[in-house]
Amino acid sequence: MATLADAPAAGTDDAFREEVRAFLAENFAPELKGNNNALSAVEGPGTETPAQKKWREAMGERGWGTPTWPKEYGGGGLSRAQAKILTEEMMKAGAWNPIGGMGVMMFGPTLLEYGSEAQKHEHIPPICRGEVRWCQGYSEPNAGSDLANLQTFAEDKGDHYLVNGQKTWTSGGQWADKCFCLVRTDRSDKHRGISFLLIDMDAPGVEVRPIQMISGVSPFCETFFTDVKVPKENLVGEEGQGWTIGKRLLQHERTNISGGGSMARMMGPSVSDIARMYGETDAEGRIADPVLRDRIADYEIRWNTFLLTARRAAEESKASGGVSEISSVLKKLGTKLGQERAELTIEIMGLQGLGWEGEGFTEKELEGVRGWLFGKAFTIYGGSTEIQNNIIAKRVLGMLDHQ
Amino acid sequence: MAVLNEEQEMLRDMARDWTTNESPVSAFRKMRDSKPDERYLADTWSAMAAMGWAGIVIPETYGGSDFGWMSAGLVVEELGKTLAASPLTMTTLAASAIVLGGSDEQKAKWLPALASGEKVATLAIDEGPHHAPHKIAASVSDGKLTGTKAFVHEAHGADLFVVAASDGLYLVEKGDGVSLSGRALTDQRSHANITFDGAAADKLANGGDDLLDQILDRARILTACEMLGMAQQVFDVTLDYLKQRVQFNQVLATFQALQHRMADLFADLAQMRSAVEAGLEALDSGHGIGRAAAIAKATANDVLHTVSREGIQLHGGIGMTDEYDIGFYLKRARVLEASWGSSSQMRDRFATLSGF
Repeated sequence: MATLADAPAAGTDDAFREEVRAFLAENFAPELKGNNNALSAVEGPGTETPAQKKWREAMGERGWGTPTWPKEYGGGGLSRAQAKILTEEMMKAGAWNPIGGMGVMMFGPTLLEYGSEAQKHEHIPPICRGEVRWCQGYSEPNAGSDLANLQTFAEDKGDHYLVNGQKTWTSGGQWADKCFCLVRTDRSDKHRGISFLLIDMDAPGVEVRPIQMISGVSPFCETFFTDVKVPKENLVGEEGQGWTIGKRLLQHERTNISGGGSMARMMGPSVSDIARMYGETDAEGRIADPVLRDRIADYEIRWNTFLLTARRAAEESKASGGVSEISSVLKKLGTKLGQERAELTIEIMGLQGLGWEGEGFTEKELEGVRGWLFGKAFTIYGGSTEIQNNIIAKRVLGMLDHQ
Repeated sequence: MAVLNEEQEMLRDMARDWTTNESPVSAFRKMRDSKPDERYLADTWSAMAAMGWAGIVIPETYGGSDFGWMSAGLVVEELGKTLAASPLTMTTLAASAIVLGGSDEQKAKWLPALASGEKVATLAIDEGPHHAPHKIAASVSDGKLTGTKAFVHEAHGADLFVVAASDGLYLVEKGDGVSLSGRALTDQRSHANITFDGAAADKLANGGDDLLDQILDRARILTACEMLGMAQQVFDVTLDYLKQRVQFNQVLATFQALQHRMADLFADLAQMRSAVEAGLEALDSGHGIGRAAAIAKATANDVLHTVSREGIQLHGGIGMTDEYDIGFYLKRARVLEASWGSSSQMRDRFATLSGF
């Protein structure tokens, strides 16, 4: 059970710990500390220095970027306890995981569950080595929250499908090698007419256009498919099973949005530290504005409590062996807290916290502004807060339409 | 729900069965209407004592079970669900003051009697309508206590008071120099102002300077447990009601405006449970108790406040009637919110302990 100020309990496998330490000493160059390009490598343009490349290859070869995935597909094959030791030692060394992105966080776990042997052998090892970038072809202009309304059509042509349609909000689409895609194979049934298809982004007929966002960057794209030929062996599961597989993948996405990825990126100085840096403090080092101090305390209490809730959910699902139904609660709470943090930070910093570019602002300040704007997406993507509320009400609380 | 050990699960199930069968809300209603002198039903307390609940945080050498705070919290949470009126929380807190600050002699004198439920004890700290533990006027000279304590919980049935005086905590027995004047609050439980006029006072001398803070942190966390049980029950009862009540030819549960409000409350409750359980874990581990208590009480205050208001609103008119139980929770909620620390006081304490 978690307590507030708990350090992780030390693992017991001493020999393995030694092995990890030796590996880190040999492969993680000190210059890499704090020089994390993993995000850009797996979801961005993918530039890497020789040292970063060496680090990715070393981790990929061991499968330690995906430590608990089966060894036969290129994973680390580690037990949970060993994976914990690995994480602890990496944290101690300031090392980051260079293997990531949607392949690791969403597609891989789903394919391991639903893919054929041939598909697993083809697609999992490159993910484990960090060599392939996956993107998600789910949303369409008329299928956002109502995702099952998607219309991109895959026509059966005997040995292949012919795909026509448009996807949107394709994160990292302009840099991706492959796309896991929900397509329609049957127009007569909304849910059972959906299939899960893997499409090469460099196939003829695939066109990607980046969308500029309010934050000034273009992490999302529109993706157009015009008479794209996709081999039949790229169908995951059965034809018509796409909605089931696709929803499973969304569970991985939700857990990741609330617990890992975006949250971890926001971890920096606490809001109270920022307030003491940018605002006035009294003789005892307290935030001088009592109203602001109260609001920051309120925020930090809720943030601390959220971390406890996330840990509690993980422990309970481990103990019960099932996926926690609380994943929607975590997504809803975590994303809102992330946005609140950014808003509170801007308020603390005043106009210094609203710099767009150029002189007079530190890089961190500018990043903060872009992050605040980009963060408005947290409560929209991965199933908007409203959709999470529907899921909680209907699936968890049983507030059904027909009873 | 925390991952519990076997002993804790057993205790929780026992408490759940007992409150459901022997102490449902109708028992609280009966107590309210009959107004026994102690403001709880005597057989309720003797049943709890027989199950050993009064000794959960008392060492075995003094007749307790020493099961720990998580166990105590689980029981108190279950009692909160049905508003079971008893001096269990207050006796537990008073006993913990003696465990932490008492001499061997004081422990031997009081703990076995408290563990068995033979004696009832409570805390007498605040002197006005607001929690203000660092503005204590009551004082002791030559072993005699003089001062007035306000809104003391479970005062009517108490044999022993743990009293805050300007220089520390004292044990004062009911009797000469102790007079009680009842204060009927909305929750219809026992509250009274107590005047100590030269009452014999026996100092708890072993707890160190922060003994009072330590006791208050325990009061905050254990009270938050009761509040968690109340919030959970209001939520469950309200959800059931929404699934039954038909308007516009539809059960209310099918309206999205109501679904999303319930989803919000469900998320709030998840947060409340995390904060409360972390408080109990801090007490059992001995680490970070002050901050954990501030988090637990602030969160419990805020969530129960919202849930108890929404519970009435979502019930509509029927929720305004005395015949329906839901109003009892609202009336107890505000009393507990104001006891041992308001949300703003807890945020101030959290900020101070966090260094800002």
